[in-house]
Amino acid sequence: MDAQVLARWQFGITTVYHFFFVPMTIGTSWMVAVLQTRWLRSGDDQWLRLTKFYSKLFLINFTAGVVTGIVQEFQFGMNWSEYSRFVGDIFGAPLALEALLAFFLESTFIGLWIFGWDKLPRGLHNLCMYIVALGSTLSAIFILSANTFMQNPVGAVYENGRAQLVDFGALFSNPFFLVTFPHQIAASLMVGGGLLAGVGAWKLAKVHKENPEGHPDEMAWRKSSRMGAWVLIAACVAVFASGHAQAQVEAHYQPMKLAASEGLLHTTEGAGFAIVGVYTQERDSEGITQVHEVWSFEVPYLLSLLAFNDPNAEVMGINDLTEQYLQEGYRDVAGNRTVLQEEFSSELAKLSVDPVPNVMVSFYSFRLMIGLGTVGALIGVLILWFTRKGHYPPTEKPWQFTTWKIAMGALPFLPTFANSFGWILTEMGRQPWIVYGVLPTWTANSPNVSAAKVIASMSAFTLVYGIIAVVVLKLFFTYIAKGLPEVTPPEVSKDADAPLSFAY
Amino acid sequence: MSHDQLIILWFLLIGVLWIGFFFLEGFDFGVAMLYPVIGKDPTERRVMVNAIGPTWDANEVWLLTAGGATFAAFPGWYATLFSGLYLPLLLVLLGLIIRGVSFEYRALMPEDNWRDTFDWAATIGSLIVTLVLAIGFANMWKGMPVDGEPPHISGGFWSLFSPFALLGGVMLIALFMVHGAVFLSLKTAGSVHDKAHGVIRTLGPIALVLLAAFIIIGNIAYPAASNPNLGAGGSVAMWVVGLVSVAALALGILMHSKKGHQKRENLAFLATGISIATLFATIFIKMFGTLGFVPTSGTSFDMWIAASSPYTLNLMSKAALFGVPLVLAYTIWSYSVFRRRLSVANMPPEPSTVAVGAVQG
Repeated sequence: MDAQVLARWQFGITTVYHFFFVPMTIGTSWMVAVLQTRWLRSGDDQWLRLTKFYSKLFLINFTAGVVTGIVQEFQFGMNWSEYSRFVGDIFGAPLALEALLAFFLESTFIGLWIFGWDKLPRGLHNLCMYIVALGSTLSAIFILSANTFMQNPVGAVYENGRAQLVDFGALFSNPFFLVTFPHQIAASLMVGGGLLAGVGAWKLAKVHKENPEGHPDEMAWRKSSRMGAWVLIAACVAVFASGHAQAQVEAHYQPMKLAASEGLLHTTEGAGFAIVGVYTQERDSEGITQVHEVWSFEVPYLLSLLAFNDPNAEVMGINDLTEQYLQEGYRDVAGNRTVLQEEFSSELAKLSVDPVPNVMVSFYSFRLMIGLGTVGALIGVLILWFTRKGHYPPTEKPWQFTTWKIAMGALPFLPTFANSFGWILTEMGRQPWIVYGVLPTWTANSPNVSAAKVIASMSAFTLVYGIIAVVVLKLFFTYIAKGLPEVTPPEVSKDADAPLSFAY
Repeated sequence: MSHDQLIILWFLLIGVLWIGFFFLEGFDFGVAMLYPVIGKDPTERRVMVNAIGPTWDANEVWLLTAGGATFAAFPGWYATLFSGLYLPLLLVLLGLIIRGVSFEYRALMPEDNWRDTFDWAATIGSLIVTLVLAIGFANMWKGMPVDGEPPHISGGFWSLFSPFALLGGVMLIALFMVHGAVFLSLKTAGSVHDKAHGVIRTLGPIALVLLAAFIIIGNIAYPAASNPNLGAGGSVAMWVVGLVSVAALALGILMHSKKGHQKRENLAFLATGISIATLFATIFIKMFGTLGFVPTSGTSFDMWIAASSPYTLNLMSKAALFGVPLVLAYTIWSYSVFRRRLSVANMPPEPSTVAVGAVQG
């Protein structure tokens, strides 16, 4: 394999791995902050126990997110130097602002929160967690503005042999940004809600089985599962709404990604939505990918409806989009290009580009995203039903208890993996472009970095990340098994010789 | 401001970010490298970990901000430097990763073997990062050859290990350990405090000799004159700032006293901090314009070529004007919240997971 392909694999591995922790950080930071507020408001120590319990899980996850995030700040320069040179004038600014305005906030206030139980007044201490959550959300704003520039390069011109920023505000009014930000935040809240719901409902079933007369932890786990399930379901509704809007933006600006993710070969009016399908693709003698449909099962009209809110709308197919690209270069559905796409088009014409992404990857990552997220939300509905008005999860028969445990154990992972597949669709479906309609990915890697170097670093990261995965999972299971801590409400301490409220 | 002025401003700001990182994370690295020296006893080691516990993560963000700011303000620098120093940067990243997880997870896995493994990971990670960054900056002082279009660093991995660079590596490890010991003397009481003073007394003079050698050899072998952007003034500045670094370290060492006089300890910390800041200021003076690169004939590459557009630099300047004071304000506040000295007496009975003060029994 050449260095460019390996560099893509490395980016995929390190970024997908990093992103297991990101939605959980965003979602759970808000959840922990709210749990603590509910304790302060109600004075009910069950909320404090939940705050402490989930903050432990949050910190295990947060740490893994922080250390794997360090790599993200530097690997553009390491493996993608020509990308960095070409778009650094635009792409670098959100990254720098993310560090300056979000990372400092998160890291400083998480330190204050972890160690500050006996040093800060209660309200101020709780505020620190809200600031952490705000920091993680700000971080999402900046990094998504950078990513959505790659999807639809607005606010930039082609000058001095590179892309240059002319309108910073345009990065944030980018239609892709406007739909992706709410989609991502809601998807993160699904993960946070899924964690509280899954762990809470699993524990509720367990303590009820141990002590049907009423276990001291029962109320806390009931609160956790119901609050988590409500957040999960509400966030899922927001995910569907924003995802629908996102698909329509995609249909307009990235018709090829839409066609690939639907396996639609020919431009069709009243296009159907394929539930499952099998497609093959290979490059012809001119280096252009030809896609064949082996088999598919379709729901008629649904794709046109989803993409354009009109069951009879015309949806462009892969073959016609390929033809159009080879004739006139990239165009959106209305036939337009952004300024950067327009100004770079004469340079681009000198490069050979095969405009078709991997259809099977796009097609199935899309369906897995929707499927896993939907199953997660449905489990949330089940939790609400089974725990209504003091009812308990079904545990009488062993198969009921086992099924419940499996479903609850899987629940936090379902929206997490749905997040992963969403990004695999977004990034793999964007191919062959690193900046849509402007820069092909194959021109963007570091020319002086050999395949051997990429293999060395990929092996090292995979090994270290593998070890971290084992440690993180071990810690998660250990601390979930330990359950709720006993608490006495913390007070601000002035005694210089007193033991710390928290120590590493 | 004109484009040229903005470029100079951002070169300075990136210097400031690196200096902030080395000043703050320097003592974190030093403390972790001192675990095997001062922290043989697990409880004493715990005092050390907790002295840097609440703030190490934010200190590391200075590095991420320096990286991000380089990307935004000098994409060419970011691209050439990080693709060129690929393997060293990989080592830095791996060192930062194993060190980062070790601080957080040691308390969650309190069994002796896990905890000791994590502490070794912190020590080794800190050692690797310090060593590699020092070798990197020593090479930037020397000047690294760049060639071609797009310009790339033409020397191989092993060419980085000149005697001067290795001297820099050993020197920075010693300097950070002294800085870490000075920080511990300021932040702890009792046995850890006394042992930290022992380290300053024995390691301090060694670090001083190494630093003086590095500054003098650097200024003679790789003088300001080899940088076309610096005149006689640059030469004077490099000597003066470099010698201030040596003098500050000497002052810091002299200020140590076993009795633990608060004012002298404050002054010692300020002094080792200034020593680190002026050491890197010397290197950044040398890098002015060239960014630490020596283009081969036919290649042109400098900070004016590597810089972003005036629009982006202007925008970033405004963000920095708003963001940097804000960051400094809450950083100072967080240090003041955790200003109390720690001793063995402050350690809860066993590594707690969350809020032992709030746990019954």
